[in-house]
Amino acid sequence: MIERSPIFDFITYAAMVLGMFLVLVPFWITLVAGSQSLQEVSQVPLNLWPSTHLLENIQAAWTRADLGPKMVNSFIVAVGVTLGKIVLAALSAFAIVFFNFRARMLCFWVIFITLMLPLEVRIVPTYSIAANALLPFQVILDTFGITGLVETLSGIRIGLEWNLLNSYTGLILPLVATATGTFLYRQFFMTIPDELVEASKMDGSGPMRFFFEVLLPLSRTNMLALATIMFVSSWNQYLWPLLITTDRANFGTVVMQLKALIPAQNGTPDWNVTMAGALIIMLPPLLVVALMQRWFVRGLISRDK
Amino acid sequence: MSAITLKSVKKRYQKSLVVHGVDAEIEQGEFVVILGPSGCGKSTLLRMIAGLEDITEGEILIGGTVVNKLEPRERGCAMVFQNYALYPHMSVAQNIGYALKVAGMPRAERDGKVAKVAKSVSLEAYLDRKPGELSGGQRQRVAMARAMVREPKVFLFDEPFSNLDAKLRVAMRAEVRNLHRSLGVTSVFVTHDQTEAMTLADRLIIMNSGIVEQIGKPSEVYHRPASLFVADFIGSPAMNLVRGHFAQDGYFRHGKGGMIHLPTIAPALISQEVSIGVRPELVRRVSATAKGAIAAVVDYTEELGAARLIYADADGSRIISVDTATDALGTGMPIHFAIDPADLHVFSHDTGRRIELGEAQRAATQTRINA
Repeated sequence: MIERSPIFDFITYAAMVLGMFLVLVPFWITLVAGSQSLQEVSQVPLNLWPSTHLLENIQAAWTRADLGPKMVNSFIVAVGVTLGKIVLAALSAFAIVFFNFRARMLCFWVIFITLMLPLEVRIVPTYSIAANALLPFQVILDTFGITGLVETLSGIRIGLEWNLLNSYTGLILPLVATATGTFLYRQFFMTIPDELVEASKMDGSGPMRFFFEVLLPLSRTNMLALATIMFVSSWNQYLWPLLITTDRANFGTVVMQLKALIPAQNGTPDWNVTMAGALIIMLPPLLVVALMQRWFVRGLISRDK
Repeated sequence: MSAITLKSVKKRYQKSLVVHGVDAEIEQGEFVVILGPSGCGKSTLLRMIAGLEDITEGEILIGGTVVNKLEPRERGCAMVFQNYALYPHMSVAQNIGYALKVAGMPRAERDGKVAKVAKSVSLEAYLDRKPGELSGGQRQRVAMARAMVREPKVFLFDEPFSNLDAKLRVAMRAEVRNLHRSLGVTSVFVTHDQTEAMTLADRLIIMNSGIVEQIGKPSEVYHRPASLFVADFIGSPAMNLVRGHFAQDGYFRHGKGGMIHLPTIAPALISQEVSIGVRPELVRRVSATAKGAIAAVVDYTEELGAARLIYADADGSRIISVDTATDALGTGMPIHFAIDPADLHVFSHDTGRRIELGEAQRAATQTRINA
């Protein structure tokens, strides 16, 4: 739509400025509050101009919430989820798009259905699986009476257990197992012309070679877009890490530590430190988005082939 | 030994049969063009030779070995695709050399071969470019170089020029012909463009809805079409075709009730339902008093430069004639044609196949084929 009149221009700009304002104000308040001293931040109304105490607030927040090790944890989880997701998404989409097997549509729909069941909905069963990842196998063995059989024969009772609580595996795996990335990849793979597949067959390359030497290089922008989304979303995970880690000291993530930064009910209302901590915590995803946004946009909208 | 042998090759998709048992022999070093309208199964047949489609029934032999169960790479074929199918993220050199890389050829040897092939299709200057930075013709040449570099036993072309503009197409046609002459590799070329087919082919395989209508040299196919379909499909302007029957009185009575003054040379045909055909360039203009003249009325003419086409109406049936005279002709003017009965093609109405009219006709067509 091309519409060029001064009034229309004005309306567009007004809408944009309003939108920008709505998005930026919370950030601004965080930044301002994070840079003020305890006295300044306690004033009513809040002074909306930054002060000079940013560095000391950051330092206070860093030590109070033990952000150093927690940052490392968050990084391990975010990078793990991102990598795992990309590998899983690319491989599963590859299987669904390029191989003609009997259960293809079934697999596709099973993956599709998981889109309707986000982590929050299936949190209880997911937790029980995380508590013992081999539980499904135990159930199968029990139902078919194999456990009982083995026990009567040998006297050994089969008890499978693989506890994922308080581990990086437990933090990462459930977040990897979702369908969004598979979809993004599927859509991309569907745009690959059949002739390209056939040309590579004629050139003598097998499926894995085609995957690594043709599909992956072609899907680079998609991969970066997916990586951006996944990094940010897994960095921002709150509910799942909260549930699965009882050992906060060793496996807590930074987003969980936000809670530790909030002033206690009857303690000093030092919101300046809380805000400074929030600034640190949101910095990595912000940087990732800023660095990747060019690829991110390209990967989601256009297909430069 | 033939380079490629097709033995009653069939292709079925679910219930529908798309290729109905094709039998053909392609000789070593031959350039064979499979020609047919879209949807006739010609591409499917080519892809079965390549190994990109399963063969439902029958056998395909390449160089004497049955290849039904072999993977494409084991068949020794190289293919040029309609949409070039170049790898967009690789440079021209990488595209050309990819098959060699997959085959595990050492880098130095590979580079040498790529350079040599690139030179033969004049792409040396573009080796570092990506396909996206090339024109259509250049991309097509990369696709050809990619096929050539493997030194295959057989070249397969799947409508390779249909995305090029007319001028480039003619140039690429010449290039393919030269290439074939210098390499002498057996080639199978699929197209729906009859000019392309006629100019390139040593032999043509003409297909229609999954059936081979005729296999023969271009001149054979043109001058002795084996079926009504071939007669109608080959040639531009198309052959004059009229359905009806020869009558005792020396006239041909056509379907719409009109009659053409045209006696038959084969008395056995009289009263039989047939289609008759004659090439427009064999319809001669004569004076009204000439012996055997067919009276007609001019509908319109089309100027072609060297000649013109006269579209005339002979008692209800359309006659097209290629005419080199320069007199003024207007709609509604009377005109007279003569047709040598030996130039007539007769096709059975029931089967659509050609009916031979005896020695006189055979001799006439043979001289044209040999010419």
